[in-house]
Amino acid sequence: MLAFVLRRVSSAVLVMFSISVLVFLIFFATPGVDPAARIAGRSATPQIIAQVRHAFGLDRALPIRYGIMMDHLFFKQDLSSYVNIGAKVVPQILQAAPITISLVLGASVLWLLVGIAGGIVAAANRGKFIDPLIMFLGIAAISVPAYWLGEVVNLITQGGLHHSIFSWVPSSGYVSIFQNPFEWGLHLLFPWLTLASLYAGIYARVLRAELVNALNEDYVRTARAKGLSERRILIRHAFRCSLISIVSLFGLDFGALIGGAALLTEVVFGLPGVGLLTYSSLQNLDLPVIMGCVMYGAFFVVLANAVVDIGYAFLDPRVRVA
Amino acid sequence: MPEPLLSVENLRVAFETRAGVVRAVDGLTFSVGEKEVVGIVGESGSGKSVSMYSLLGLLREPNVVIEGSVKFQGREILGLGDDQMQSIRGKDIAMIFQDPMTALTPVYSVGWQIEEQIRAHGTESKHQARARAIELLAEVGIPDPARRVEQFPHEFSGGMRQRVVIAMALSCNPKLLIADEPTTALDVTTQAQILELMGKLQETYGSSIVLITHDMGVISEMADRIVVMYAGRPAEIGSRVDVIRTPQHPYTWGLMGAVPRLESKRSRLVTIPGNAVSPLDVPEGCAFAPRCEHRMDICSTRPSLRGSDHQAACWLDSAQKVSFRNRGHSA
Amino acid sequence: MAGLGVLIFIVTICLLAPIYAHNIAHTNPFASNIQGSTFINGKRVMLLQQNTQGLGFGVTPIGPTWNFSHYFLGADDQGRDVFARLLYGGRSSLLIGTASALLCCIVASILGLIAGYFGGPIDWLLSRVFDIIWAFPIYLLAISLSVVLLTSGLNIGPLHIGAGSLFLPILIIAAVFIPYVARPLRGLTMSLREREFIQAAIGSGSSDLRILWKEILPNAAPSVIVFFPLMVAFNMLTESALSFLSIGVQPPAASWGTIINDGLGLLYTRPWVALAPGIMIAITAVSLNILGDGARDAFDPKAKLRGSI
Repeated sequence: MLAFVLRRVSSAVLVMFSISVLVFLIFFATPGVDPAARIAGRSATPQIIAQVRHAFGLDRALPIRYGIMMDHLFFKQDLSSYVNIGAKVVPQILQAAPITISLVLGASVLWLLVGIAGGIVAAANRGKFIDPLIMFLGIAAISVPAYWLGEVVNLITQGGLHHSIFSWVPSSGYVSIFQNPFEWGLHLLFPWLTLASLYAGIYARVLRAELVNALNEDYVRTARAKGLSERRILIRHAFRCSLISIVSLFGLDFGALIGGAALLTEVVFGLPGVGLLTYSSLQNLDLPVIMGCVMYGAFFVVLANAVVDIGYAFLDPRVRVA
Repeated sequence: MPEPLLSVENLRVAFETRAGVVRAVDGLTFSVGEKEVVGIVGESGSGKSVSMYSLLGLLREPNVVIEGSVKFQGREILGLGDDQMQSIRGKDIAMIFQDPMTALTPVYSVGWQIEEQIRAHGTESKHQARARAIELLAEVGIPDPARRVEQFPHEFSGGMRQRVVIAMALSCNPKLLIADEPTTALDVTTQAQILELMGKLQETYGSSIVLITHDMGVISEMADRIVVMYAGRPAEIGSRVDVIRTPQHPYTWGLMGAVPRLESKRSRLVTIPGNAVSPLDVPEGCAFAPRCEHRMDICSTRPSLRGSDHQAACWLDSAQKVSFRNRGHSA
Repeated sequence: MAGLGVLIFIVTICLLAPIYAHNIAHTNPFASNIQGSTFINGKRVMLLQQNTQGLGFGVTPIGPTWNFSHYFLGADDQGRDVFARLLYGGRSSLLIGTASALLCCIVASILGLIAGYFGGPIDWLLSRVFDIIWAFPIYLLAISLSVVLLTSGLNIGPLHIGAGSLFLPILIIAAVFIPYVARPLRGLTMSLREREFIQAAIGSGSSDLRILWKEILPNAAPSVIVFFPLMVAFNMLTESALSFLSIGVQPPAASWGTIINDGLGLLYTRPWVALAPGIMIAITAVSLNILGDGARDAFDPKAKLRGSI
């Protein structure tokens, strides 16, 4: 087991390294583009561009340039933004992280509850009316663009009805949980619902498909022949076996979201999380911040992948032998 | 005569498909007495498994139609709701299936799965159930049962898994055990072991067994009585001695002839000409007629089971049967 | 089946966009038309109306006229006909979605089959590439590539793609989703490879290319066919997100995503500008999903047992 974990961790490090190289190449080495001009930002003078070129060693070889940037980012931790002169990258990210984490945690609790319940109910009643109904709702939830849904929610809660039914909904922004837990929840309520809807749809559909597959397996037939109730078979046998794929899916989704994939929701609801930071730095071509955000995001995705792989072994006894 | 444990009368199972009605079982009638082993033999598609599945309510397809009567201990069980069947399944009637590799839930230990069944039908505590599970594993010949009871199905070989399945099935002392091709997926040596185990357990527990198989060799070893099925219909029913020594149906002759024998001087294996009948296309009269070399005009009307103790669904009279049978059996 | 019908309807009306714009509405959906006016109920009305409420600053475009021959859904803040732009935008969105899905499926099939069939170092390399692309949070990768390429286009050797070309989003979105399709295909190929009929083909001396083409591809094809409508839906949603963030389709071209973006400023006054494209995207994606499910059930003989959508 230890060997397995070690191997997994080393391959994760390898992937992180490759991602950093990939990002570096995208921003610094895409043919036909001038990196210095882009680092300095859109409104730079020729002097600044020359300065940048020297400071970043852009007159030197690629690998050295890469080394310098990584050094600033990880070891010296003094990588600073080129748009907000003097603002350091790492603290910015660390400040934005709790907001994203709050958003993702709350949403994931919601979507797991709704998605799993939906999948189980649909599978238990397969063929009856409620089954295609839930599946259709799932498809609808997946098909609606997340950011558009957020805007619609805004429209409803901040627009005409703001003064009547929805007057309790705060306008955009974030309140820290340490400041005021109630306000924290209130500000995050609709973002949670919006983000959760997409994933709830996915999970309900995936779970239903897995459950129905499991219910056609031989071991379910044995369980029936044992005289167990349908409910017990569904939950203790079929669901337990489907749990494996749901958990791995969740691990990957959760990791990706913490890493900044929730950026659309953050943009729409004005939550200054990592996603929003990434987005604004991309808009401003603030390369150091972009680098930092991407590495942060990639780290969590890779971490999630590794955790899922290792966690798999806990859930599925067959894997443990390998 | 005492009431039979299981009494099947005119059981019919049909599936309504877009291509037509598939009559998987068409008029099966037989009975199983206490402590008796009844073997149901037939080729694939003869309806032997489907008949037993329908009896236990294990057919979940929405397009199935089940008719007839099945009485267990004098009580009609065909058509009972799921809740009532659940107290019969696993407790009074147990069933084991063909492929041991996929029969057990992969994520729970074998001990857990046996205990689950015990506790579903009784009031045993976890301790008692665990002790009983270990006992059962020992009875079916699993070495070091106290340790292996915590292991997972994938840690057992095929033969071992089938033993676990048998242990599980017998855990609540069922009166009737239905075994659907329990040894087909196993190699010959393991096959022999499992059959021997089943025989031994049957004596210890006193349960009746319905053994479904396509293998005449297995039947001739284990069964007290034999039901031969063809195209969903019973072709011949009788005691082991009767059916094997003096079979009364041309299909049975074919089956007996098809078993290679060491003492036979024949150079080629006997086969039954033609192909198995498609369940969508069962002929009006005797289902076997198209392949039967003794076909007569009257065979266009379906024969019912004729005889008393030893029955056969065939229009040939006794004299004809004797002469045809001896002709076919000459070495 | 209903999904297919809805889909065909949407595709048709979008294809007919130019006809509508020129012959029926007599508007140019791409030109700014701030000073323009139109007729409503016989009266001449300015497209951008002076605000009378609140502080009286600024202008607001007219709302939906519900008159099919002009400004059906009203005007946007540049005085353009929203409905006509919607139809044109549909063409872009559908084009990008379909083309990138096609490109993605083709490339992913090739790579996935090769990786699964040949195994060894080729597989290792390809799998690592998939891992890296997939480890990137999708949006981040797409956004990064878009940001870089959109400012100056793509120039690799003989390949010159202008910054405003629709081809860029197509390439980027296709590339980002390749691992999503390639990995399952790789797994499928690997299990197919162990099956007896492949072993038989190898044993009888068929060349690798022949086996891939004649044996493995037909068996993998159903999976790809099922993937395709789902990928079109995914890609459309991704494109609309990118366009919404202004790094997808560039003005003056329109796509449903850009129109939603345009509509943001008007969200509380003229909600239809933002609502309509979102509804269109949702309906299209729903029908694509239903289509994909239908395709999957058609290929799966046990689907009847499962029921439902």
